Amino acid sequence: MPSFTVHTVLIVSAVLFVLGLIGVLTRKNVIFMLISVEIMLNAAGLAFVAAGAKWQQPDGQVMFLFILAMAAAEVSIGLALVLQIYHQHKTLDVENITALKDEAVDEMV
Amino acid sequence: MNLLFYISSFVAVAATILAITRFHPVHALLYLVVSFLAAAMIFLSLGTPFIAVLEVIVYAGAIIVLFIFVVMMLNLGKDTALQEKNWLRPKVWAGPCLLVLILLVEMIVLLLNAPDVTMHITVVDPRKVSLSLFGEYIIALELVGFLLMAGIVGAAHIGKQKKKILHRFLN
Repeated sequence: MPSFTVHTVLIVSAVLFVLGLIGVLTRKNVIFMLISVEIMLNAAGLAFVAAGAKWQQPDGQVMFLFILAMAAAEVSIGLALVLQIYHQHKTLDVENITALKDEAVDEMV
Repeated sequence: MNLLFYISSFVAVAATILAITRFHPVHALLYLVVSFLAAAMIFLSLGTPFIAVLEVIVYAGAIIVLFIFVVMMLNLGKDTALQEKNWLRPKVWAGPCLLVLILLVEMIVLLLNAPDVTMHITVVDPRKVSLSLFGEYIIALELVGFLLMAGIVGAAHIGKQKKKILHRFLN
């Protein structure tokens, strides 16, 4: 039944990872950058599962579960930050988000 | 099984390319769902049905719903699409694409130089996964619990609407 090789799966995973990396590097909208980070995490998980399937061990799937939980936590924090950024700056352009200082501190000086 | 893998990986790559090049956020999210479902098919053909189900439920379900809610709350529509079209010029994306593609070619060459092994697909059932998860990986599982707790608290704290503090000259 099986006739594809380990190389094929790893190449598919590498291509997906590179597509996510291109998305992070070229888009300027924060939401598209978060989407690309999700694509990269998914590709890394695919590589783990392929390695686990090659040796018929459950460790690859365990690592995918950890990546899944990490991606869920990351995307919830990231989207909360996106909401705050949009409410304060009225834009999602990463080049406009340069002021990390607190406005309350500005008032005290 | 073989054909299933090739078709689903082709669909995954094509949907991902479309997802990162769309201008409208909702269109990108729809292609992202297709990409995740194709990844679930790849997991199924690798003999890991448990991971395929989790991919559909968590990635294509929960995470995409979070993204769609944020896009709806921010009301990103045609204006955003026009703005994206202005931002995404060939001058902007050509350089990074070229450099990253060089890295990809290097990695593929390295992969193809290694001795090739045929996959022997045997289904690793969820029972073995959970025994391993609650046996040797129990510390990591508890740390993931901490991480999710920190994620909930952080998202609730950051997402809270604060009172707008104006400068004293603006009052």
